[in-house]
Amino acid sequence: MKSPASSLHTFLRLTTVGETAPAAPVSVNPVFRVVKYVLFDILQNRIVIGYTVFLLAVSMGLFGLSDDPTKGLISLLNIVLIVTPLVSSVFATIHFYNSYEFIELLAAQPVRRDIIVWSQFLGLVLALLAAVWIGIGIPIAIYSATSTGLVLLVAASGLTVVFIALALLASVCTRDKAKGIGLALLLWFYFTLLYDAMVLFIMFSFADYPLEKATLVMAALNPIDLARVIVLLQMDISALMGYTGALFREWLGSSAGIATAVGILLLWATLPMLLAVRIFRKKDL
Amino acid sequence: MLESIQLTKSFGKLQALQGMSAHMNAGQAISLIGPNGSGKTTFIKCLLGLVIPDGGEVVLNGKSVLGGWDYRRHIGYMPQIGRYPDHMRIGQLFDMVQEIRKGTFERLDDDLIQAFGIRQLAHKTMRTLSGGTRQKVSACLAFLFDPEVLILDEPTAGLDPVSSEVLKEKVLAEKAKGKLTLLTSHILSDLDELTTDVMYLMDGKLQFYQPIEQLKAQTGEDKLHRAIASVMKQNPFA
Repeated sequence: MKSPASSLHTFLRLTTVGETAPAAPVSVNPVFRVVKYVLFDILQNRIVIGYTVFLLAVSMGLFGLSDDPTKGLISLLNIVLIVTPLVSSVFATIHFYNSYEFIELLAAQPVRRDIIVWSQFLGLVLALLAAVWIGIGIPIAIYSATSTGLVLLVAASGLTVVFIALALLASVCTRDKAKGIGLALLLWFYFTLLYDAMVLFIMFSFADYPLEKATLVMAALNPIDLARVIVLLQMDISALMGYTGALFREWLGSSAGIATAVGILLLWATLPMLLAVRIFRKKDL
Repeated sequence: MLESIQLTKSFGKLQALQGMSAHMNAGQAISLIGPNGSGKTTFIKCLLGLVIPDGGEVVLNGKSVLGGWDYRRHIGYMPQIGRYPDHMRIGQLFDMVQEIRKGTFERLDDDLIQAFGIRQLAHKTMRTLSGGTRQKVSACLAFLFDPEVLILDEPTAGLDPVSSEVLKEKVLAEKAKGKLTLLTSHILSDLDELTTDVMYLMDGKLQFYQPIEQLKAQTGEDKLHRAIASVMKQNPFA
């Protein structure tokens, strides 16, 4: 992290009139030239600090409530599945719209548009992952430093990245801040509530047919379900695993099941981001 | 030097630009004038590649630059509204822009940084700055890399009279060095002292584009705002 003093120093040194600028080092990726400043700015944001403290308080509280850390983990899982996607998508969208003029300024510099979106994405991902790792990671390390705890942390991180990507996709689709946030919230609502209701409805309606493969596909189409499956597969609690979880286990076995689910979760982050970058390239600022 | 050829752009039903063609040369300081919503900012943003035109060409030094990005090394842009990340410090902002433009400029021009005393504010976060100070920061950034083309959108809005004069002096100095400057402002008296040419836009069309002296001679007025008013009275489009 740069201290104000050192930044002042470079600033003074570089602004000497007549000084010839050093040639650009080819090895440095231009994304990183921007992302460190974006990250530094977000890390000082009160909401991110509040989010970290909230996660920390909730995790500590849940672990403190029961003697069995596994119970704590399960309660934490339920919180994580709702809170991390919600905070990630709302914060990422608001941050994007608040940075609109700044993004415009960057776009007027000799840089590719792609670099601007990726630096915003990376800045958000690193800042919110830091919040998750401190807020959930530290309590897990203290109370339940097991592979299950680690997998829960991976799932929370995965959801964070996925929902930042989805939020940025929603943000580049519309200029209107209210519409953008609405769209991001709608995506969250869809994946948290509507999707499960839909799946249940389909399963009831077609109960007479073999639905195993279909259910597997349906779970893969919802990142939140995927995260749940990942943790429950690791916990190996069949009663809580649900139909989809049982299927994943049956078809893939535990570790392979987790690996596949994590892979699909990564796709959930990559594809929306690639689409967002494509849209941003042609976007009018 | 900088040329727009038949630029068109529409936002939904709104035709923001309807075939803007203009040839802009080094040493010119061009005032973009027109009512609100006449397409001034859209035109500027098309030149910068911030808005992608539906049709037409932007040519810089003989090369088509539409869809490119590297050509922006020749342009310094001061936006209408300068907003920066809340917690970023002024010094960090300058560091960042310099890092981004590393290797794309020959010399740094810190005249405005000196004149505005920005160095003393380097440790301040952007959130704590007044609108005028932010405007000064934007101006410093536009001139910092000694670009061939300067695009200033409402540069004097929000600046105190002293700073406004400083900025005007700087524009004049750069013009004398042979830079091309494009300005918009609603304060025509500000533009009067600076400009060599006037571009008048209306409903996304170029109504006229001529040297200021010629315009004043034609209308028999010696002030820009009177000359414009007189043209608007005669103009069948207005």
